Amino acid sequence: MSQSTSNFAYAMPASITDTVSLLSQASSNGVRCQVLAGGTDLLVQLRSVDPDPRTIVDIKSVPEVSRVEVSNSERGVFIGGAVSAATMTHHEGLKAILPGLVEAAYLIGSTQIQGRATLVGNLCNASPAGDTIPALITNQAVCEIHGPRGARSLPVEDFVVGVQKNALEAGEFVVGVRMPHPSARTADAYLRFIPRTEMDIAVASAGVSVTLDDAGVCSAARVAIGAVAPTALLVPDAADALVGSTLDEASLAAAGRACTAASSPISDKRGTAAYRRKVVAVLCERAAASAAERARAR
Amino acid sequence: MTDAAQFKYVGTRPVRPDGVDKVTGRAAFGADFTLPGMLHGLILRSPHAHARIKSVDLSAALEIDGVFAAISSADFPEVTDSGDMGGEGGGSIKDLSDNCMARGKALYHGHAVAAVAATSLAKARQALAAIKVDYEALAPVMDLDAALAGDAPLLNEEMMTQGLAEPATKPSNIASRMVMGRGDVAKGFEEADVVLEETYRTPTVHQGYIEPHACLATVNEGGQSTIWCCTQGAFEVRSYSAAVCGMSIGSIRVIPSEIGGGFGGKTTVYLEPVALMLSKTAGRPVKMTMSREEVFRATGPASAARSTIKIGAKRDGTITAMSARIHYEAGAYPGGPVPMGCMSVFSAYNVPNLAMEGFDVLVNKPKVAAYRAPGAPQAMFASECIITELAKALAIDPIELRLKNAADEGDAAPYGPTWGPIGLKACLEAAKAHPNYQTALQEGQGRGLAVGFWFNIGFQSSAEVHVNEDGTVTVIEGNPDIGGSRASMAIMAAEELGIPYENIRVQIADTENAGYTMVTGGSRTTFATGMAVVEAARDVIGQAKARVAKLWQVDADMVEWRDGQALPKPGMNVEQEPMSFAEIAAKTAPSGPLLGKASLNARGAGPGFSVNFCDVEVDRRTGKVDVLKFTAIQDAGRAIHPGYVEGQLQGGAVQGIGWALNEEYVYDADGVQQNAGFLDYRVPVASDLPMIDTVIIEVPNDAHPYGVRGVGETPIVAPLAATANAVAEATGVRIRTLPLSPPNVLAALDAA
Repeated sequence: MSQSTSNFAYAMPASITDTVSLLSQASSNGVRCQVLAGGTDLLVQLRSVDPDPRTIVDIKSVPEVSRVEVSNSERGVFIGGAVSAATMTHHEGLKAILPGLVEAAYLIGSTQIQGRATLVGNLCNASPAGDTIPALITNQAVCEIHGPRGARSLPVEDFVVGVQKNALEAGEFVVGVRMPHPSARTADAYLRFIPRTEMDIAVASAGVSVTLDDAGVCSAARVAIGAVAPTALLVPDAADALVGSTLDEASLAAAGRACTAASSPISDKRGTAAYRRKVVAVLCERAAASAAERARAR
Repeated sequence: MTDAAQFKYVGTRPVRPDGVDKVTGRAAFGADFTLPGMLHGLILRSPHAHARIKSVDLSAALEIDGVFAAISSADFPEVTDSGDMGGEGGGSIKDLSDNCMARGKALYHGHAVAAVAATSLAKARQALAAIKVDYEALAPVMDLDAALAGDAPLLNEEMMTQGLAEPATKPSNIASRMVMGRGDVAKGFEEADVVLEETYRTPTVHQGYIEPHACLATVNEGGQSTIWCCTQGAFEVRSYSAAVCGMSIGSIRVIPSEIGGGFGGKTTVYLEPVALMLSKTAGRPVKMTMSREEVFRATGPASAARSTIKIGAKRDGTITAMSARIHYEAGAYPGGPVPMGCMSVFSAYNVPNLAMEGFDVLVNKPKVAAYRAPGAPQAMFASECIITELAKALAIDPIELRLKNAADEGDAAPYGPTWGPIGLKACLEAAKAHPNYQTALQEGQGRGLAVGFWFNIGFQSSAEVHVNEDGTVTVIEGNPDIGGSRASMAIMAAEELGIPYENIRVQIADTENAGYTMVTGGSRTTFATGMAVVEAARDVIGQAKARVAKLWQVDADMVEWRDGQALPKPGMNVEQEPMSFAEIAAKTAPSGPLLGKASLNARGAGPGFSVNFCDVEVDRRTGKVDVLKFTAIQDAGRAIHPGYVEGQLQGGAVQGIGWALNEEYVYDADGVQQNAGFLDYRVPVASDLPMIDTVIIEVPNDAHPYGVRGVGETPIVAPLAATANAVAEATGVRIRTLPLSPPNVLAALDAA
């Protein structure tokens, strides 16, 4: 191993500009380069899948990426690229307004892994089964991307473009994700199905956000599903089934059916396609019921 | 037999002597050994599940700088010994050799085809990539149905089924058939008011030990070898490695490390002969460590099985006849647990008419290895499900139906011998009386119960008891400590000698420092090696008494041993103060150091019965099964260390629940396992399960000085059927194929 490690390089830039210039330089020199935040995916890949040398750019010293901002203004909620799942699950402000997103973060790996694993890392890894991705889509999250041509924003549902493929271009990295501060009577929930209780990967998942009016009627909703297509999907038909209803059993079931219709799962070691189609509906119904209960309580 | 009340140490729960090193990380496991000049060995594995190996070209690998050896089966002596390996694993030495390094054909994806040793793992990987193997890929046979089909591709084109009524006329994938039974089953079924016949299936599962196989081997220029490895049996590693490598047993020393689980899977060899041959070729020590993926693809697993069971009973629940037809997957070479399955399937019941027929079937999967009570979980899953189905059909309580037919002392076991004292009825009564069996169930919940059984074995063991000059004691024996056996040995020695547990240190010695001792397996260690320790301790006491008699100038029979000291025997008119063990130990002048020893062939291992019951809840919309409560009751004969007996009951329950609910090998169409890792090969995690409640029943085994029966294997047998019976109660739908994974359960519920 000692011989092949000789071409490894490690950098820890202290600003967005320095990060972008390091990443751009590497890419224009044809040097393989990867961003390190929590490292819980990167280091596993490095050790067991692909030990080839590369340059690793550790972004944890960039001030912006460690920030969590919760603002009622139009700035909304910002979660930096190196914010760990554990930081989120211990953040009272986030838990109060985005319980579904926080419960998604709570499902990554184990307690030990959550100390390191980041929300944005889970997003950039772009697994079809990534737990935080449907929860982010549900909450209208937008990626704040910096690169050699400046800054740009991209909704999460457009950021993930395929199985383990994201929309980042050479020299770019995600500084953080931003989403609107949920209004009163709005709440989210996220559920995944695994055969065990923890330490597993979603067989199917669903995130739901609902807004209720004064009469308890659903005035807005977003539904996203995971592990049932190459990428997490926003399901407008499921949201339409909820909007205008009191989130009664019939409308929840209709939303579930819309999720089944929108999914295009595969059969693999984690479950059959037929099973995933059925279970994604159940998860949507149950997540919607949970989100509704939370919204009524807010 | 000594009465329980008389014991001072037996039945207590001291901390295990190896505990501190294990929780602090000091304990050295298989991969923890290094030697100067050591090379790293890696194995090239077949990318095909079934292929003819036309040629293996190692030349390019040998040209790489830092590569010291590259070998294939051509470098191993051709083994012709088709004799049985013995032990719970089964199979021949020739097949063992071919399993370690494929000869002629690769029989499963991951089968070893070549091996290299190099100065670094990176170099070794480079060398593997440079090896050229010319394969002719063949169609794989991945399950029993495919293997038994008339036009099935053959793994071994020359294999004729043994044990058929008429000799086989053409080769097939069936290695052998065996039949057993008694009475007249046809007549028995005729006498029955109710007859049920059903087929049950269990999947391929792995033992799932946490520590991957690892070894370090060195062969010197004089042909003397040493192997450090994690194994359940150092003496078996020695004899198997000698046979595969064409070396003499006396030229190999095997030093067992601490072991991170085995469950039967470390009773054979995979790496050790390869590391020996690499070291012999390279002239340097060679270390080999499997990855988890290699462990899944090329070691273990336990047989998948298909069991068709027929049962007939009178209206009052009297079972008149039972028959079983069981097919076990052997994997790539013969040696599935067919005899044990046929012998155990109906062990719990005293039924006059029985017929058992078993088949050993080759498939393109790794050669199966022992896994706790090999063969019994599969067979008794079937028999314990169908007797529950019978109870339902007859509207008789499942415990009452079992009690009515339960085997008892004096009955003939289905495989011949007459039962001695056994604890089956006591376990059933304990289940009936247990508070967990009385609690009310909610909607969607169900309770299931099943019986478990294992034969247990004894056989060869040795032990020495060395007395140090301060009266402390070293016990030397040769069974790697998997489940707390050092503690059990120390307790038994303390009980015999009458000295504190803390004064005894138990050493697991290597093959040149302990007398021959069979594998830690067959639930034999506490029974057989325990007997040897007790005998060796008694040898010491005899020597101590003789020494005291000499000092006191009296006859040896005038000295008594009690509470760790020598006393004048009452009524013998000897005026002497008692002498403590430490005093006696220090006085070596009269007869030299005190050193007790024993070597024996332990007979009379007491069979172990268990009863398990559990409550489950089924999510009817996702098919997910949650185990809410689980109670494991088992006859231990005598629990030397009850805490470690409970640990065996709990560990077996957890593995059995995993087998029932989620564990299975998932293969693609080419015969490549898709879930060769713990992420997708789903053993239960701690949060999946409730506390496993335990009850130890003690029906002493007369053959052991303290009444011990083996306890390590029986615990895995009952959970499969107990869980399946509970799911059937919870859902009203009987599922006869494991695992009861969410997709399988949901599909069954939707189909019902």
